[in-house]
Amino acid sequence: MRGAMALAGLALTVAAFNAAAEDAGQIKTAQGRVEIVRGGQHIAAVPGAYVRQSDSIVTGKDGTVGVTLADNSRLSIGPNTVMSLDKYAFDTTTYKGRMDASLKKGTMVVISGKLVKQTPGSMRIHTPASIMGVRGTKFIVHVGEPAS
Amino acid sequence: MGAMLCTLLFTAYVVFGGPARPVMEETVVVLPGENGHIGGVVVQRGSQKVVLDTAYASSHLGLDGQLKSSHASPEQVQKEFGKTVAALPAPPAKFILYFVTGGDQLTEESKARLKDVLAEIRERPIPDVLLIGHTDTVGGTKSNDVLSRQRAERVREILLQAGIKVRRIVVTGRGERDLMVPTGNDVQEARNRGVEINVR
Repeated sequence: MRGAMALAGLALTVAAFNAAAEDAGQIKTAQGRVEIVRGGQHIAAVPGAYVRQSDSIVTGKDGTVGVTLADNSRLSIGPNTVMSLDKYAFDTTTYKGRMDASLKKGTMVVISGKLVKQTPGSMRIHTPASIMGVRGTKFIVHVGEPAS
Repeated sequence: MGAMLCTLLFTAYVVFGGPARPVMEETVVVLPGENGHIGGVVVQRGSQKVVLDTAYASSHLGLDGQLKSSHASPEQVQKEFGKTVAALPAPPAKFILYFVTGGDQLTEESKARLKDVLAEIRERPIPDVLLIGHTDTVGGTKSNDVLSRQRAERVREILLQAGIKVRRIVVTGRGERDLMVPTGNDVQEARNRGVEINVR
């Protein structure tokens, strides 16, 4: 029993340690209604909050948010937008890794960073109907409202 | 009969074979790069592909499923996407502090530069700091990895001693794999013995 508790304690410590290492980026600007959706939970996306792999960011009609990622890539997300950071990995020693984000609807602006500079094409943005491979640049992606 | 079947199959492929028709229109616009460099974006939908590698080059995917390249104007971008562009975080500020040979002591010049780094950190609303240590090519790759990290750690200590309040400082060492000034192996180069500081 004591062994099991010690093991649980260890698992908790490891989880807490990993949580810090998992942070993919940090919210630097936020206006209006912006939420991070993490495992079904809605977290207020205030400046200073961290963004992790598998998080979604959802904005209301007055919402905008700006995120700086670990590799110096920067993103901003406009009003009425749903974006998910499906995959983010960046090795600070080798600069290798990859990023996959999905823009379900709305607008995002991307400025690629060290990841793409090291490996062009290692960042991909997915939309409902296409894929953007990033060779290194600043660009806008917009997915309109469904035709009614 | 065979010809009719062929036509039928071909029509079926065109109508049903390609990717399903999009439900929403999609637009991509490349903006002028901050340092003038544009590496570009490749937009792909099934077998259709558009390469955008100049400022304001744009692609548009219509509800008919056709991906077309076009050109946007700065005014149009400002009007439609200005609010989103304005939400981008400020670019990282970059500094390099240099060390005396083989050790973890800053050069006199870099000690003076430190106050600019501190000012930049204090100016940012939500600062976080990335410290990337480098070495020259004297010594082995492994020992240089260790040395570069030590240098970055040393800068971390210096920043903390100066009383900065930062929620996160990420410390890393690139050793000799990312020379700031290219040299051959075993070359003493003061400009490669630096720690790059990104204030974000």
